[in-house]
Amino acid sequence: MDMLNALVAILNFVVIPAAAYGAQLALGALGVTLIYGILRFSNFAHGDTMAFGTAICILLTWLLQSLGVGLGPLPTALLALPAAIAATAALVLLTDRWVYRYYRRVRAKPIVVVMASVGVMFVMNGLTRLVIGVGEIQFADGARFVISVADFKRWSGLAEGLSLRTTQAITLVIAAAAVWALFVFLNRTRAGKAMRAYADNEDLALLSGIDPDRVVRLTWIIATALGVLAGTLYGLDKSFKAFNYFQILLPVFAAAVVGGLGNPLGAIAGGFLIAFSEVALTYPWKKIAEYLGFEPAGLLQMLGTEYKLAISFVILIVVLLVRPTGLFRGKAY
Amino acid sequence: MSNSRQADAPAGPWRAPLLFGALAALFILEGSLSNAMFSGSWNSALAILNVGLISAITALGVNMTWGYGGLFNAGVVGFVALGGLAPVLVSTPPVAGAWAAGGPRLALALAAGLVTLILAVTAGRRLGQMARLWVPALILIAGYVVTRAIFDPAVAAIEANNPAKAGNIGGLGLPVLLSWPVGMGFAALAALGVGKVALGLRSDYLAIATLGIGEIIVTILKNEGWLARGVLNMTGIPRPVPYELGLQSDPDFVAAAARWGMDVATASGIYVKLCYLAIFVAILLTLILLSELALHSPWGRMMRAIRDNETAARAMGKDVTRCHLQLFVLGSAVIGLSGAMMVTMDGLMAPGGYNPLRHTFLIWVMVIVGGSGNNWGAVLGALLIWFLWIKAEVWGPALMGLVTLPLPEGALRSHLIESAPQMRFVAMGLVLLLVLRFAPRGLLPER
Repeated sequence: MDMLNALVAILNFVVIPAAAYGAQLALGALGVTLIYGILRFSNFAHGDTMAFGTAICILLTWLLQSLGVGLGPLPTALLALPAAIAATAALVLLTDRWVYRYYRRVRAKPIVVVMASVGVMFVMNGLTRLVIGVGEIQFADGARFVISVADFKRWSGLAEGLSLRTTQAITLVIAAAAVWALFVFLNRTRAGKAMRAYADNEDLALLSGIDPDRVVRLTWIIATALGVLAGTLYGLDKSFKAFNYFQILLPVFAAAVVGGLGNPLGAIAGGFLIAFSEVALTYPWKKIAEYLGFEPAGLLQMLGTEYKLAISFVILIVVLLVRPTGLFRGKAY
Repeated sequence: MSNSRQADAPAGPWRAPLLFGALAALFILEGSLSNAMFSGSWNSALAILNVGLISAITALGVNMTWGYGGLFNAGVVGFVALGGLAPVLVSTPPVAGAWAAGGPRLALALAAGLVTLILAVTAGRRLGQMARLWVPALILIAGYVVTRAIFDPAVAAIEANNPAKAGNIGGLGLPVLLSWPVGMGFAALAALGVGKVALGLRSDYLAIATLGIGEIIVTILKNEGWLARGVLNMTGIPRPVPYELGLQSDPDFVAAAARWGMDVATASGIYVKLCYLAIFVAILLTLILLSELALHSPWGRMMRAIRDNETAARAMGKDVTRCHLQLFVLGSAVIGLSGAMMVTMDGLMAPGGYNPLRHTFLIWVMVIVGGSGNNWGAVLGALLIWFLWIKAEVWGPALMGLVTLPLPEGALRSHLIESAPQMRFVAMGLVLLLVLRFAPRGLLPER
């Protein structure tokens, strides 16, 4: 019985939260990796693009709620998502037109484009603060739990409870669907193949008559859609705060680099690796050890929760030392 | 950059003096004119100028790595914060009982951590292909457990020592000016670690790695109370200049203030700020002199050669990665110095105040606007941008009020006026984008 309790506790405190967080990181890292693979620079504005999209999504959610429209047990934000993605993608395409296109044309050094993305980050950050303010916002509505602790205890008769929040379940389902759709798009459709060809060898792709502007536009739209999706799911799961999205930039980058920049599969693997490490290393394992019949002296917590950030960084450094192009052999330009 | 408008127009010899003159006019207006735009207080003007000078030193450090190595340090805030730790550890008075409570154990734990790292690195270098991953990993895990076992009780003991007033390890009680070079050393060491890993890989990796180290250093300072009391903040850091209150009770100074026709409080504030100003200007000029000398030395020629044509420099047998590491460490040391100066002037170490937007990316705006690779440009950019950044808080709402005049009074208009201070970020981002795009060489292009 104790074995079961330990298993449930691990599921409840480590596996489910880490899986949800990992899915959010993976979606964010996919966007970073796509932009890197096709446009060949690390986009520092990605975190604030996520924040901006989420802010728009929250505004639309409030609008829908005031009209009395809802999704029943699901959060209303899901209804607002497509419009929020469209609005954010429009803004991002404008930044491409006004900022990045010029640097592509003059073939500027990647680091100059990175600097430009810092400028875009500033503007996005300011716009986000302008439209929604700097406070903390909870915008999840609908049913809170798919499985609640009390129900689970009644059903199983175990001492240890298990809860699955609606937001976590939604995150996993939507992320899986988005990733599946992305891979089908990249592998099966003409546009996706064009994107892969452009990423592999720009000159050859141009010779084959691929329209570079179209590829770039598609990349921005897809990366933004994934980013806004990730940002909204993250905001639903935890809460929205304009500044938190700058903080999420580091784990997102780390996930993309660990998987290998430019490699979509790697971004997903990296996201889950980072998330599981963060949760597992900051969770106090004392309770689980006791279920298994040990008597630990301390809490068995490797690191305080405040050092979550540091974990993604350490993983990043270790991977850079051992395999500079990431676990899945990303690109190097 | 060949099609930029500036590349063809050579910068005349008058350009720098004119721009600096305009900048001086701004500060003089701030000090003397009292209207909707300027405060008319010399204290305010000097306060902006002093912080601007410190930012100028940070910008100089950034400029060394960016202008000559093209290295993007996205973690300036961390190096500033590390430099700021130095005055706390070097010059605050010792805390009674702290060292006795856990000092030796703490030192032992840090030594154990260091030994672990060294062992792991040596093992990783010496062993064969298969054992290269597992042995260092095992060494790291074992070392971590041992280090934590010594470290945790030591920290608990130190933090339990008079927690209301101290709870930290305390300083050495040395003169505060001595802590500034120590701050340089701290930042240089951190830069050495990051640079060793990330340099020589792709340019983006250094940006991402420094972004990480910057955030982590600030997190450590916030959470490790034994170092500098964490978010409880350290106040009362000693000063290299007299205190205002001391001046106000000094009869000679009171008489002098009366001769100047000022009230004593204002006069003492101005006097203290002028003392700081003298120190900062001296340091700034020394740094510029040293870096100009370095750039005209054979070493500087090599750096310029690498910057202008890395491939050719590599072919000539220059170790580009090593030169970049030198630049990165030097630049970071200067950033650390500015952090130590900042904390000394504020008399306060507040880890919560280290914000990447203000301490990393604003500095970048200063460097790009001033002129990449030009030391005077970095100073000009820093002073100008800092002045605008501070005044934007005042001007923003006023401007927003003007712009929204046609709007009816109501929620939207008040929301826009209230959020005007947030417009600073939009404005700074736009300035950065416009300069990068239309004048990539900045206000003072490098010769």
